[in-house]
Amino acid sequence: MSVLTDNFSLYGKGLWGTVQLTLLAGALALAVGVLIAGFRVSPVKALRVFGTVWVTVLRNTPLTLLFFAVLLGLPRFGVVLPFMVFAVLALGAYTSAFICEAVRAGINTVPLGQGEAARSLGMTFGQTLSLVVLPQAARSVIPPIGSTLIALAKNSAIAGSFSVTELLGTYKPLNELGYGIVWTFVWIAVGYLIVTLSIAGIFGLLERRFGVAR
Amino acid sequence: MTASSALYDIPGPRALARHRVYAWITSALLAALVAYIVYKLVDTGQFSAVKWRPFTYAGIQRLLLTGLANTLKAFGWAALFSLLFGVVFAAGRLSDHRVLRWASTLVVEFFRAMPLLVMIFFIFIALKLDPMLALIIGLTLYNGSVLAEVFRAGVNAVPRGQREAAYALGMRKTQVMTYVLVPQAARAMLPAIISQLVVALKDTSLGYLITYQEFLYSGKLIATNLDYDLPFIPVVMVIAPVYIGMCMLLSWTANRVARHERRSPRTKGTKVTTELPEEI
Repeated sequence: MSVLTDNFSLYGKGLWGTVQLTLLAGALALAVGVLIAGFRVSPVKALRVFGTVWVTVLRNTPLTLLFFAVLLGLPRFGVVLPFMVFAVLALGAYTSAFICEAVRAGINTVPLGQGEAARSLGMTFGQTLSLVVLPQAARSVIPPIGSTLIALAKNSAIAGSFSVTELLGTYKPLNELGYGIVWTFVWIAVGYLIVTLSIAGIFGLLERRFGVAR
Repeated sequence: MTASSALYDIPGPRALARHRVYAWITSALLAALVAYIVYKLVDTGQFSAVKWRPFTYAGIQRLLLTGLANTLKAFGWAALFSLLFGVVFAAGRLSDHRVLRWASTLVVEFFRAMPLLVMIFFIFIALKLDPMLALIIGLTLYNGSVLAEVFRAGVNAVPRGQREAAYALGMRKTQVMTYVLVPQAARAMLPAIISQLVVALKDTSLGYLITYQEFLYSGKLIATNLDYDLPFIPVVMVIAPVYIGMCMLLSWTANRVARHERRSPRTKGTKVTTELPEEI
């Protein structure tokens, strides 16, 4: 117990790091994921191909490898950014592939008649997608996006091993201070549970408020 | 792709011309990006002989191959144990005995909620196990728990009439399970199981973080060598295609199996999907 009370600020800093990573990478992943999903259903073949390649490659890349490439590889390119930014980029890009697939599945759940009606009103592809189809798709993709963001929060633990301040990384200084390793990890686990359960709670609320009745 | 075609009209001559312009712009932008990356690669000397020479050494090649073998070894064991773990705990969750059900639910939910890396670190640091063992156990606990949910969802997805008919024939619950439900569930769930194995394969790379001598770790050993002028980018260019290729091969198998099973009359009535069951 004293591990937590003695090192509250350390744990707090770690937890805040994890929350920050999750929020920033989540926002990036949502933005990119929806954009790529739009690409994948667009009438322009070049965009469709780009979307497919993006999703296929990122979905089949181990996240550790992506971190390795971005955090250790990019600086060799002369791209020097704080590790935190690199971590957000890696996590966001990786998660965007999964968000894209969730959104695409959501687009497919919208009845065909909606798209057809929008077109018969003379709407362009962009209007059909953004004004008619996506708002309806959004309601059915709340649960899968929730679980993707939970996976993102859990994946953010990898960033700790690449010198980004986050929750899992706090075990190191605590271990050096000589605290019991088991309790150190118990409180780290509790921290992650707080983050993931909050996301689950928020998306549960969203689902109840906006979700499609099934 | 039926729904997506409802999003736009079949393009006429003018729309086609417009699309061609968009296609050109996209291609031009992508080409510019690729050109910039190649320029950067050349500019920072990533193609210099000194950075690529290590890959011609037999010792380095052996190091990479050993790493790859270790990755596959960890993956193989983890896959095997995850399947066993999944079967045992799915049976537990479907059990008629409340205590068994609750215990299995607790275990499965706990290991699904924990970040895999936290478990691996805990096993490695607190229990002081060998890195390979820590990696395999961590992968087994996490993927086994997910697979348990897949198996359970699969059994529950078999139409109810099957179970009822089997009971009506006088089968015992073990017989119903082994002769009627599991064979149908297994076929429908095979694609999802393979998809989860892709996740397990990708996650073997976490072994790198606990100094398990797997593929990425071998790469790091080469990349951090000053004699070869820190060939980080060349190492990534060699390692990434192998990883991505292996995972894509497995994903592709999952999709093929899914397509095959969807056509098969034996899975009629049970939904075949490569996706894992979504639940929050």
